[in-house]
Amino acid sequence: MTALLVLEDGRVFEGTPYGAVGETFGEMVFNTGMTGYQETLTDPSYHRQIVAMTAPHIGNTGVNDEDPESGRVWVAGYVVREPSRIPSNWRSRRTLDDYLRDQGVVGIAMPGTRALTRHLRERGAMRAGVFSEGGDIGELVERVRRSPGMEGADLAREVSTAEPYVVPARGRKRFTVAAVDLGIKAMTPERMSERGCEVHVLPATVTAADILALDPDGVFFSNGPGDPATADYAVESLREVLDAGVPFFGICFGNQILGRALGLGTYKLRYGHRGVNQPVQDRRTGKVEISAHNHGFAVRAPLDGPFETPYGAAEVSHVNLNDDCVEGLRLLDRPAFSVQYHPEAAAGPHDAAYLFDEFCELMERRRERGSGAQRVSPPASEAQSFGAPQARRSATEDTDDKKGAKGA
Amino acid sequence: MPKRTDIRSVMVIGSGPIVIGQACEFDYSGTQACRILRSEGFRVILVNSNPATIMTDPEFADATYVEPITPDIVEKIIAKERPDALLPTLGGQTALNTAVALHEAGVLDKYGVELIGADIDAIQAGENRERFKEIVAKVAAERGLNAESARSAICHTMDECLAAAGELGYPVVVRPSFTMGGAGSGFAHDEQELRRIAGAGLDASPTTEVLLEESILGWKEYELEVMRDRHDNVVIVCSIENIDPMGVHTGDSVTVAPALTLTDREYQNMRDVAIAVIREVGVDTGGCNIQFAVDPETGRMIVIEMNPRVSRSSALASKATGFPIAKIAAKLAIGYTLDEIPNDITKETPASFEPSLDYIVVKVPRFAFEKFAGADQTLTTHMKSVGEAMAIGRSFPEALQKALRSLEKKGSSFSWAGEPGDLDELLEACRRPHDGRLRTMQQAIRAGATPEQVHEATSVDPWFVDQLFAIDEVARSITALDRPTLELAKRHGFSDAQIAEILGVPEPEVRSARHELGVRPVYNTVDTCAAEFAARTPYLYSTYDEETEVPVGDRPKVIILGSGPNRIGQGIEFDYACVHASFELARAGYETVMVNCNPETVSTDYDTSDRLYFEPLTLEDVLEVVHAEQQTGPVAGVIVQLGGQTPLGLAQALKDAGVPVVGTSPESIHLAEDRGAFGRVLAEAGLPAPKHGTATTVDQAKAVAEEIGYPVLVRPSYVLGGAGMAIVYDEDTLGAYMAKAASEHPVLIDRFLDDAIEIDVDALFDGEELYLGGVMEHIEEAGIHSGDSACALPPITLGGFDIKRIRSATEAIARGVGVRGLLNVQYAMASNVLYVLEANPRASRTVPFVSKATAVPLAKAAARLMLGATIAELRAEGMLPAGYDGGTLPLDAPVAVKEAVLPFNRFRGVDIVLGPEMRSTGEVMGIDEFFGTAFAKSQAAAYGALPTKGRAFVSVANKDKRAMIFPVKALADLGFEILATEGTAEVLRRNGVRAKIVRKHSDGTGPGGEPTIVRRILDGEVDLIVNTPFGSPGQGGPRLDGYEIRTAAVNRGIACITTVQGLAAAVQGIQHIVRGDIDVCSLQEHARRLRD
Repeated sequence: MTALLVLEDGRVFEGTPYGAVGETFGEMVFNTGMTGYQETLTDPSYHRQIVAMTAPHIGNTGVNDEDPESGRVWVAGYVVREPSRIPSNWRSRRTLDDYLRDQGVVGIAMPGTRALTRHLRERGAMRAGVFSEGGDIGELVERVRRSPGMEGADLAREVSTAEPYVVPARGRKRFTVAAVDLGIKAMTPERMSERGCEVHVLPATVTAADILALDPDGVFFSNGPGDPATADYAVESLREVLDAGVPFFGICFGNQILGRALGLGTYKLRYGHRGVNQPVQDRRTGKVEISAHNHGFAVRAPLDGPFETPYGAAEVSHVNLNDDCVEGLRLLDRPAFSVQYHPEAAAGPHDAAYLFDEFCELMERRRERGSGAQRVSPPASEAQSFGAPQARRSATEDTDDKKGAKGA
Repeated sequence: MPKRTDIRSVMVIGSGPIVIGQACEFDYSGTQACRILRSEGFRVILVNSNPATIMTDPEFADATYVEPITPDIVEKIIAKERPDALLPTLGGQTALNTAVALHEAGVLDKYGVELIGADIDAIQAGENRERFKEIVAKVAAERGLNAESARSAICHTMDECLAAAGELGYPVVVRPSFTMGGAGSGFAHDEQELRRIAGAGLDASPTTEVLLEESILGWKEYELEVMRDRHDNVVIVCSIENIDPMGVHTGDSVTVAPALTLTDREYQNMRDVAIAVIREVGVDTGGCNIQFAVDPETGRMIVIEMNPRVSRSSALASKATGFPIAKIAAKLAIGYTLDEIPNDITKETPASFEPSLDYIVVKVPRFAFEKFAGADQTLTTHMKSVGEAMAIGRSFPEALQKALRSLEKKGSSFSWAGEPGDLDELLEACRRPHDGRLRTMQQAIRAGATPEQVHEATSVDPWFVDQLFAIDEVARSITALDRPTLELAKRHGFSDAQIAEILGVPEPEVRSARHELGVRPVYNTVDTCAAEFAARTPYLYSTYDEETEVPVGDRPKVIILGSGPNRIGQGIEFDYACVHASFELARAGYETVMVNCNPETVSTDYDTSDRLYFEPLTLEDVLEVVHAEQQTGPVAGVIVQLGGQTPLGLAQALKDAGVPVVGTSPESIHLAEDRGAFGRVLAEAGLPAPKHGTATTVDQAKAVAEEIGYPVLVRPSYVLGGAGMAIVYDEDTLGAYMAKAASEHPVLIDRFLDDAIEIDVDALFDGEELYLGGVMEHIEEAGIHSGDSACALPPITLGGFDIKRIRSATEAIARGVGVRGLLNVQYAMASNVLYVLEANPRASRTVPFVSKATAVPLAKAAARLMLGATIAELRAEGMLPAGYDGGTLPLDAPVAVKEAVLPFNRFRGVDIVLGPEMRSTGEVMGIDEFFGTAFAKSQAAAYGALPTKGRAFVSVANKDKRAMIFPVKALADLGFEILATEGTAEVLRRNGVRAKIVRKHSDGTGPGGEPTIVRRILDGEVDLIVNTPFGSPGQGGPRLDGYEIRTAAVNRGIACITTVQGLAAAVQGIQHIVRGDIDVCSLQEHARRLRD
């Protein structure tokens, strides 16, 4: 049986059916990670996207019970080159093929994944369809063209939790965090929980009043799918959070929401960043983090220095060294920052985990100063060793000292 | 942080001769480093004793010292050149150990030399196993990571070893400290094995220290290649997974990149540990690698070791990913940070990223057990392979099958011919790791093994086992030459030859059917980023995918075929020639295209040629590359004479397929290779050859030998490195040889000239004029393969008249054969007659040596000649000297001595006698004003410095007794105590040398327990051995005594001189050392003197 992957510009790839049999539509994107397919499949940010893996062998370690990033597979379709015939890993519980079939995910195994990637690189992400049983190509192209695109798609609401839930703090509880689920991955509250945060995960459309009613030490906006320009509800609630002076941290979609709340624009990248090897530079320290990415949109902001916003001066804190894309924003006079990439990793390297520490430091400092203090700027970390907790602590002390001197 | 401006000159130390465990990967890394440092404006001072390397080309450094890499010599170079900094991390363990020695001796402080790219404390922390264990435990505890060390004990004596093994339980792993390539390590299953292995390990370790460790046999084994800059940015360049689980040295394992059986959580844990460990160890800047073992049942992870330097795996990782580790390590050492260095391949993105692969890389080791009869062929933690091949494919089966055929060794590819054999026997064979175990597994699968059985027998991860089953299923589905079958087979890496074998049809039939159906490979780019960004650097591999990425060019293209995996007899020397051709032809306006599959080499660096195809060197793969290139522009020619026998063997078939082979034509190659035809060439020129004949049967052989007289030299035609060559003294031995040698090619039988001087010549010929590149006189007796014998250039005992005869004979051969390019001729001078032994119309192993000794780039000149230039033109350009050549070197030209380096210390139990079959892995050069000092340097570089005091043992043949007196007397005058066998001692005493008589080996231990000389050597009581062989080999008696003595010498690493010329040379050398006037001189200085 010949399965087909059909792109909206008429390019067609042949392969064999993989996973569930049927047909599916979505935005065609590629992911360059060589590990972590299970995390990728279950990442809500991939909602309505057909994901092609550039790594040829997929499914080798099967599917286990520990690594999913959410309760289900979110990708709309899956494109691989060499599906594994057997799983081999001590934690594996089932094959990827069975898992995709159980989850109703239509896939295709095809030799042309590199050609597809090159095509998307040159032409940009586009709509596509996977058809397990093939069909008339002209007709299939038409159907792909009629399927909805990603620009203007309001998807965060579709993937968000319906009901609030709490992820308890691991060990001694230090903070209460209100985390707005725009498509949150399981690892994100986990990273906060292991730092002593009790995380209240809230639906995407939660109001600022409901958020602040929790009296949180900090507010978090998660990653998520779709076009940030459609998420005005989230922008509105974030603005109120900023007005209240509660420390804020955002990831990915959350970064785009902060950008929009600051009055910045967002735009769609030609083919996005999806993988686990992207070099991001922390502009305060000059250090480079190898980071996990999954974004098709980005914030447009001045790279040449601080700029004014309704919430005071802000700056681009992180940039992608590959293409100078804005990877992080920071308010200079208020406790709010966000990054476009994924410090929670899963899949991906843990280089940026320090950002969760910085969020905790913001919350800590605000608490020390009493909740009324609004003018707290984030720690200007000058740590020489970004992964080393000791160096980080001393850097923070430095900052505090300076602040102390200033206050005196 | 930009480049440092406080240092202006940098010394780079190379890795010396090619030995098992330290091969040409360090030429690759060192060459990259030198290129980078020079392009950044530093004065580069290079030390490397290996003349076959590209890094020692004078153009890669400002001052190139082909001198022994010993602390005292390096100190002399430092004193003379006064470098600001020393970069020791790119020359393997040799360079690192030398740097540590220089530091400890206070030399670096004394001359104010800063160590860059490394930190002494970090080196010691990384290499000291106890400290390393503490580090692993510390980072695991602090960071909450899954990492530990194997339970172990450090031992300094045998008693400590026995006690520790009692605690850990057998089997235990034995690892000596501070040795390279795992030398001296192994598994001990019981006390007897422990005594043997640990005893050798205590000897091999410079600190008399071994580590005993719990067994983690059968665990999964991984490696990460890491880079760190001085701003503490860290990237993982590549993960490598060993298919052979723990128990087999990584260098001997089949490995795959990227790792294929780890979840992201496991991989990220490994990554976190790697980064935390190198931070804690304090690796300053540059590359390092770190090895892990993972328990397949529980995921428990053990950190095995780390190397705080560029390693063999770094070379593999560089080729596997396109991330040039050595080049970037050099940049980091001089102050840059990763984010400041652009990624060469994309040009747009920085080097501070982690490559993403959309293909699979497989590396397979190449062994040479056939050269070492009696060697234990079981693979252990002690590396035994002599080379490796790498292949790239879009799937594991494709990459694996390409890699296996890249080995170019009969029986290395999977096969479905004949009966697989008995299942139980095959499974039993699989239990013991051995060369070709994957093929044994494949045969077991054919014989009906289940996946569980194969996994149980080998501990190979079930995923890889399943892939072998997938390959087997595809093989079984091949029943016809149709498109779906061919596409499926090709995507699983099957060659036309394999398909032909399965279908029982000739290979060309498969190829033509495939071409008619249009089933051809496309070429994908190795781009570091899985196609996320456009690649600017054309580094390509074939696969049966959808789009080809070969760029269109307008310049005429020259395709250079490389030499494939290193093996004994075909190594770095040929890569040197290929790389030179590529550089020179690019300069002359051609677009150069390199085809090779050896990841250790400079030729497979993506910026050596305009385009690199990482491909097996089989006819099929080469024809497809030629086809792909012809699709995008005109191909001016394919060069086959520089890569050794591998490409030469393809010449005729390529020409038959219409490929333009340039240089010496395939017909001419045949003329030189075919005994009968070559005999006619010699006859026409009036040149004598030893009496010879050709035979295909035992009876024919006996008749031929009868006629020409014993001893005879026998060998198969069309071989390199003297494979299968032997000197035969009687009919019985001849019969046995013929019975074994049976093959499609006839056996050549030559009269063996017992007491001849052997001479090697490298020359260039343009059809009209001859350029005599160099005339080398062997120092060893005749009958030892030229690759294994020491030689001197200019020849030390040949006069002008002899050279004239050699010149005219060489010219006659070149003309008669029809050479265009390089020619190597071997002569023997006996009773003043110059016999022609053989001629090879190709680059020889000695081309780099001759080029460096005479300061003339022979391989570059050859490449130009092949494409139409003349010797006169090259003289006019200045590439060749105008007024002289290698036969007319001025009398004050320096003398260069080449010495071979043999791997006997790796193969215990092997008969170490040198013979006509080559067994050396590498070579060194000593160069100086006089022969004696040059010889002393060559010995120091190969085996450690000549002794200047102690005991010398002398035992010589009668014919040598007169000539020996004077030099032995000189030794005695230098203060040596002289030991001698009875006959030799008598002669010495009569001549006033007080020689003490010692028992021969054949005498056995004396009645009072007096040890034989062999025992005394083994006990370390002898510092210098002079033993010229006599008696007939294979007959016992004095000849056998000599062999025992030499074996003992090799085991103890004692200098052993086997000719009177060598003795005279050694004495001169020792005198110079004693007087302290061994000077160092760079190749550039030598060249200046020569050309002025």
